Amino acid sequence: MDFGNILNAALSSALGPQAIVFALAAIGLNIHFGYTGLLNFGQAGFMAVGAYGLAVTVVTYDQSFWLGIVVALVAPMVLALVLGVPTLRLRADYLAIATIATAEILRLVFGAVETKDVFGGSNGLTGFASTFQDLNPYSKGIDLGIVSFRRGDLWSLTVGWALVALGCLLVWLLMRSPWGRVLRSIREDEDAVRSLGKNVFAYKMQALMLGGAFGGLAGLFLALKQASVVPSDYSTNVTFFAYTALLIGGAARVLGPVIGAMIFWFLMAGIGSFFSQATAGDNPLIPEWAMTDIQASLVRLILVGLGLMLLMIYRPQGIFGDRKELAIDAR
Amino acid sequence: MRLTSKVLVSAFLACLVVLVPLGGAQAADAPSPSASPTAPTGPATPPDGAYIGVTLRDSSGAEKQPIQGATLSVSSADGTEVGQGVTDVNGRAFIAIPERGSYVVTLDTATLPSGIEFAGSPERTVNALLEGGNFVQFQIGVAEKVGPSLGERFSAAMVNGIKFGLIIALAALGLSLIFGTTKLTNFAHGEIITFGAIATYVANRGFGLPVILAIVAAVIASAAFGWLQDKFLWKPLRNKGIGIIAMMIVSIGFGLFLRNIFQYTFGGSRESLSQYVNQQRNSYGPFALADKEIAIIVVSVVVLTVTCVLLMKTRLGKSMRAVADNPALSASSGLRVDGVIRSVWVLGCALTGLAGGLLAVNSQVNFLMGFKLLLLVFAAVTLGGLGTIWGALVGSMIIGIMVEVGTLSIGWWPGVPSSIKEVGALVVLILILLIRPQGILGRAERIG
Repeated sequence: MDFGNILNAALSSALGPQAIVFALAAIGLNIHFGYTGLLNFGQAGFMAVGAYGLAVTVVTYDQSFWLGIVVALVAPMVLALVLGVPTLRLRADYLAIATIATAEILRLVFGAVETKDVFGGSNGLTGFASTFQDLNPYSKGIDLGIVSFRRGDLWSLTVGWALVALGCLLVWLLMRSPWGRVLRSIREDEDAVRSLGKNVFAYKMQALMLGGAFGGLAGLFLALKQASVVPSDYSTNVTFFAYTALLIGGAARVLGPVIGAMIFWFLMAGIGSFFSQATAGDNPLIPEWAMTDIQASLVRLILVGLGLMLLMIYRPQGIFGDRKELAIDAR
Repeated sequence: MRLTSKVLVSAFLACLVVLVPLGGAQAADAPSPSASPTAPTGPATPPDGAYIGVTLRDSSGAEKQPIQGATLSVSSADGTEVGQGVTDVNGRAFIAIPERGSYVVTLDTATLPSGIEFAGSPERTVNALLEGGNFVQFQIGVAEKVGPSLGERFSAAMVNGIKFGLIIALAALGLSLIFGTTKLTNFAHGEIITFGAIATYVANRGFGLPVILAIVAAVIASAAFGWLQDKFLWKPLRNKGIGIIAMMIVSIGFGLFLRNIFQYTFGGSRESLSQYVNQQRNSYGPFALADKEIAIIVVSVVVLTVTCVLLMKTRLGKSMRAVADNPALSASSGLRVDGVIRSVWVLGCALTGLAGGLLAVNSQVNFLMGFKLLLLVFAAVTLGGLGTIWGALVGSMIIGIMVEVGTLSIGWWPGVPSSIKEVGALVVLILILLIRPQGILGRAERIG
C-alpha cells in the first residue's frame, strides 16, 4: 500500500480539471437550487449543449473557434428558455422530471448512429481544440512535490480556475444585489414575492438561464481540456455527482460548490486509488473472493450514493451552509 | 391494514399459478440444430498454410449455439470458387485458400438446420491478410428478417408495444401509488424493477426454482424490500419531518447506492433465466406471439385488474385514497396513516418487482435495466396524471405502444431510429407538461 500514490491521486483530482468541471456545474446548480429553489436534474444536458455547441460549430460546420465559443455560451441559455417556458409555472418536481428527461434526450440524440454526420455518434467529435492549445503560454509543466501537472494541463488549470473565480465573483455580486434578494425570497415563499408585484416567472427564468450558462461553461471546459466530446461524458450520473459536490460544500454559499467539488474529487480519487491498490497484485490486501479489481472501482460510487443520502438526512446544509438559509422545502 | 396487503400478494400467487400449464407446456429449449448427414463428426482441424475460418453461431439464444452442417463456399474476387467447407460440431469450418487476398464467403442458407432463420446478407467479403487463419463470423438470429410487409411490422410492433406498455404499467402503478400517498417522486423506483429481475434470476439460477416460482419468490422479496425500505428509511425520514424535495434527493442517493450494489454483486453482464429463453412465435391471425409473451400479457392484465378492483372496492383502497387526499384529516378520523403508507410501499414494490420479473422472462437481466426504464415510467405516470391509478395505466399503454410503433416508417413519417426509440416518449413527456400538466386523467388544479 503506497499512501503517497493515494495522496497524489486524490490531490491531483482535487486541484485538477475534474474538480473544475464539477465546480462550474455546481455553481450553476447553486444558482438554481441553492438560491432560487429550482430543481434542475438535467445539468448534464446543459453541459452537453455547451460542449457540442463548440464541437459541432468548429468540426461539422467548419466555422471559427471563437464563433464556436459564442455558440457554446448561447446554446445552454436557449435550452434553459425552451425548458423553462413549460415547466417553471409548475410544481418543483415537474421541472426535475422535465430536465432529467431533456438531458437524456440530448445524450441519446448526440450519441445516435443516425445523427453521426453531425454529432459523431458514440465516438463523439475531436479536432476543435487546437486554437485553445496554441494559446498555451507555458513552456513546461509544473512540479509541486506531491502533485505535478503537465504543460497542457497547467494551461487548462489556469483557465479553469480563473473561470471558477470569475464565476464566484459574479455570483457573490449578484446575490447581494436586489436581484439576488428576490431570488432568495422566491425560494422562501413564492406567493409572498408574487404578492409584492414581482414577476416570479421572469426571475426564475433568468436564474435558470444563468445557472444553465454555468453548466454550459462546465461542458465547454471539459471539451477543451480533453479536446474531445463524447456523449457518455454527459450521463445523468454527472448531474447527481454535481449535486453531491454542491451539498458537500453547502448550497446557497458562494464558495460552497467550489470547496464541495474539490472535496468530492479528493475523496473519489483517493478512495478509488485505495481500493484499486488494495485489490491489485498477486497477494492483494482484500482477498479476491471479497472484491475483484472491477468491483473495487464501484466502491466509491456506492459510497457516493450512501454519502448523498446521509448528507441530505443529517447535514443538508453541507460544510459551510446555514441551515436557516436552506429552506429547501417550500412546500 | 397489513393483513389486506398480504391478501393482495396471495392474489398475485393465484393468478401466476393458473398460468403454469400454459408456460410449462412450452418449455422448449433453444432449437438444437439437426446434424446433416454430410457433416463431419468430430471437430475440424485447420489446414496448413493460409485458410479462411468461419464460425456459425445462433445469436438468438443466450448460449449462442454453434450451427453444425451448414455449407459455405469461398470464391476469389473475380468469382471463381476456391473451396467449400461444412461446419463441424463447434460450428466451424476451415477452407484453404491459395494465396492472400480478398475473398467472398457465401453461406448456403438452404443447408441451415430447420428452425433457424437467417436474415441479412449471406455473403461476407474477407481480406485475408494472414498466412494462417483469417476468421469470419456469421451472426445468425440477431438481424431482423428483411422485408416483412408493413402490416406484419405494424402488428409485431403493436404486440411489443402492448406487452411493453403492460409491464411499464405495473411499475407505473407502483410509482403512482407511492406518489399518491407520500407525494414522493421516487428516483430509486427503477432500482426496484431491477431488484425484482435480479431476485427472479437468483431464485431461478441460484436456488434452482422454476422460472414461474422464481417470479413468485421475487414478488414476495420485492414486497419485503418495500416493507424494509419504509421501515428503515422513509418512515424515519417522515418522522424527522424531512421535506419532500430533500426526500427526493435522498431517493437519488439511494438509487445510485442500489444501482452500484447491484453491479457489485451481479456484475455488468446480461444474463438469461434458465427457461423460456428462446421461444418460437406462433401465429394467431394477424399477430405472432410466443407463449411467454401471452403469459406476460395475461399476468399483467390480471394483476392490474385485480389491483385496481381492490383499490376501488376494499377498505385498504379507500383508506389509501383518503391518505392521498388529506393525511391530517385521515389521521384525525382515526386512520393509521403510517400503516396505510406502509401497505402502499409493500404493494407498490410488489407490483414493481413483478414488472422486473416479467422483464427478466421477456429478455434478460442486467443491473441497469430498471434505471433505463425509470424515465419511461415517469413519462407514463405524468402523461396519465400523477397519482391517479387509471392515469398510470392509460399513460403506460400510450407510452409503450408509442415507443414501439414509433419506430416504423409509415408514409411521411420516417420512423424514430430504434437505437433511440425512447426519445419519442420523453418528448411526449415534455409536451404534455406544456399542454396539459395535470395529465390526461388528472384533475385540473393549480399545480404551480
